[in-house]
Amino acid sequence: MTSLLEMRGIVRCFGPLRANDGIDLTVEAGHILGLLGENGSGKSTLMKVLFGMLPPDAGTIAFRGRPLAGHHPREAMEAGIAMIHQHFMLVEAMTVTENVMLGWPDAGRILKRGEVAERVRETSRRFGLDLDPHVPIAGLSLGRRQRVEILKAILRKADLLILDEPTSNLAPPEVADLLSILRRLKSEGKGIVFISHKLPEVLEVCDDVVVLRAGRVTGRAPVAGASRAQLAEMMVGRDITAPHALTPREPGPSRVVARELSAAGLSPLSFEIRGGEILGVAGVDGNGQLELVDAIAGLNRARGGTLVLDGNDITHASVAARVAAGMAYMPADRGHRALVRDMTVAENLMLRDSRREPYARGWLLDAAGRTRSARRLMADYDIRAAGPGAITARLSGGNQQKVVIARELDRSPAVLVAHQAAWGLDPGATRFVLDRVIGLRDAGAAVLYVSSELEEVLAISDRIAVMSGGAFVAIVRRADADLRQIGLWMAGRAA
Amino acid sequence: MTIDIIAAAIRIATPLLFAALGGLLSERSGVFAVGLEGMMLAGAFAAIIGASATGSALGGIALAIVGGAIIATAVAVIAVRYRADNMVTGLAANILALGLTSYLLRVIAGGGAPASIHLDPLASWPIPYLSDIPTIGPLLFDQPPLTYLAVIGCVLMSLFLRRTQAGLTLTATGENPEAVFASGSSPMRVRMIAIITGGAIAGLGGAVLSLQQVGTFTDGMTGGRGYLALASLIVGRWTPWGAAIACLAFGAAEALELRMQTFGVPVSSYIVQMVPYLIALAVLAGIGRSSRMPASIGQPLPR
Repeated sequence: MTSLLEMRGIVRCFGPLRANDGIDLTVEAGHILGLLGENGSGKSTLMKVLFGMLPPDAGTIAFRGRPLAGHHPREAMEAGIAMIHQHFMLVEAMTVTENVMLGWPDAGRILKRGEVAERVRETSRRFGLDLDPHVPIAGLSLGRRQRVEILKAILRKADLLILDEPTSNLAPPEVADLLSILRRLKSEGKGIVFISHKLPEVLEVCDDVVVLRAGRVTGRAPVAGASRAQLAEMMVGRDITAPHALTPREPGPSRVVARELSAAGLSPLSFEIRGGEILGVAGVDGNGQLELVDAIAGLNRARGGTLVLDGNDITHASVAARVAAGMAYMPADRGHRALVRDMTVAENLMLRDSRREPYARGWLLDAAGRTRSARRLMADYDIRAAGPGAITARLSGGNQQKVVIARELDRSPAVLVAHQAAWGLDPGATRFVLDRVIGLRDAGAAVLYVSSELEEVLAISDRIAVMSGGAFVAIVRRADADLRQIGLWMAGRAA
Repeated sequence: MTIDIIAAAIRIATPLLFAALGGLLSERSGVFAVGLEGMMLAGAFAAIIGASATGSALGGIALAIVGGAIIATAVAVIAVRYRADNMVTGLAANILALGLTSYLLRVIAGGGAPASIHLDPLASWPIPYLSDIPTIGPLLFDQPPLTYLAVIGCVLMSLFLRRTQAGLTLTATGENPEAVFASGSSPMRVRMIAIITGGAIAGLGGAVLSLQQVGTFTDGMTGGRGYLALASLIVGRWTPWGAAIACLAFGAAEALELRMQTFGVPVSSYIVQMVPYLIALAVLAGIGRSSRMPASIGQPLPR
């Protein structure tokens, strides 16, 4: 019997970089294959080659025994391959039905709206997707949007589904729903490639796992016999699963005190963060996290209540005054809000302090001081770039975030507000970021750590606040945290 | 008097509607239609040349389509293929069309002076029976041919956008080109075809001005109507019927202005001429998140 998909010796280069360096991959019908690897390990490139978005430099692809070469996404789809991208390929202004019809030959050149809507309804029922055909995408949660993509794949009679980091934006209950949908698809004989760098999910849902590192396959194993530590080591070449060393310490006095603090998109919030303490904020993205961090950083104007930092009322203070009082901020959108992508590493490192030494002398900028300082920070924070003059946009995501960390942490802040600080980073870089945040806590700073990755929040927080609908549903100590309960709170269900 | 104003409004709205429909294709695909003025002007020029060379209005109409499409092709290649800024490209196209038509008009004459071509404006085609209805018959059903075509164009455009796969793909390209790429079409191809087809339709608007209404071409005869079409497209919220209503409203405003001048109403005509643009600005200012403005308009395609 031939395999559903056989990729042999795939090579794809970008300039001198061999993103895929002779990769073999086989997927069987009715199997879920986990494709593990860090960012930049070649997972996405391999899948883009398969889906016809990038031509390979060498290698062959056979799908259901038939060769697939020189193809475009259209041919891949016609052959029965569906790709569910990490960023959904949906048109927000259009309804579920319209998105299903887009580019689908069965919808007809003259659109058969009613007929397609009926098929959407029926398929949604059969697979437990719970989708209304006439709702615009803009009104759907990310979990629902993902199901629209899965629905599109099912209706297009795809035999192979590729899911790229499918759980990265989902709340735990949504992840559970997704995994059960995948199992149902598997039982109907579909082949699935599950791309992820999250080990627990891969272990839970996959039958086999293939690990990529630096463009090569470094391991393949049935999930049944694999251990988490083994897989992690194959991924990064070292064991990074050891838990974070969050040494219990008696927190100091309160450094941040919010009393009934309210702002656009925020219900009145009250909380305290003490020196040497990390308050983690868990929650599904879009439940007020951005409004919260912006309110503390001074970008979202307070409408009521008070915010006190080390005894000073900063409720209505300007951003500059907050920075002067010792606040550091790592926004979620590092490409736009934390960094000026087209400027150099050295320039980004001086952004907040450009009026002071060593960056400035009087009215003039000090180029030599800037370069010296940048070299030191690049060494201290392990920023891998060609030099201080390298353009920031050319750096990997992990190194960009290290630039932000270096800038924000080197000032030894009193308070760090970090939002999705490890978002999109691979395990190695995540580890670096979290270790630095913990280091800051151990040095006595107060840290507000906001992330939609529950595991991350649990790993490094002294206390955990769960956010839903712009309010804190609950604040619990880490020792008292009940994962299932937190999941329910995140999904917006009261205790 | 009211009848007169309605008749004048329809007359003024017709070229605007063609241009607005052409611009609609471009903007729905995600490219600002700033070059409408140039496409109309090229169409107006080509219509007169075509009609006088072939001796037939059909020849003029055919060449107007080609003329508008040529300017649009330049816009499509530069703004889509080479990802240049939409505004700059559109304005450049307008200046190019103005210079090119004025130059060619002199080349044709052979001397330094512009050629003077005068044709009879297109006669009206009364629709049997309907045009006999008192009052509204002569008003609505005794129009020159391109006016009927504009209405038909509006109907077809509306059906195209709502009922066809191609229309859905067009709208999706203006909203999220990556989704179109992932669905197996080429957003670049969609945008190119949309702009060039739109230019051809805008060229027809130029033909209405030169061939249907006055029978001659003069330098820069579109006189800002391309921008007015763009404004009606925005006020009409990127829908064919919305644009048609906006064109009629602008036409009525202009007709009213002419009457006011005739009757010596002491309001400067310049103030009245500003009205459509002020409305367009107000609508643009009022566009928030809930707007129907194509989400990816003005953004070059990802590489």
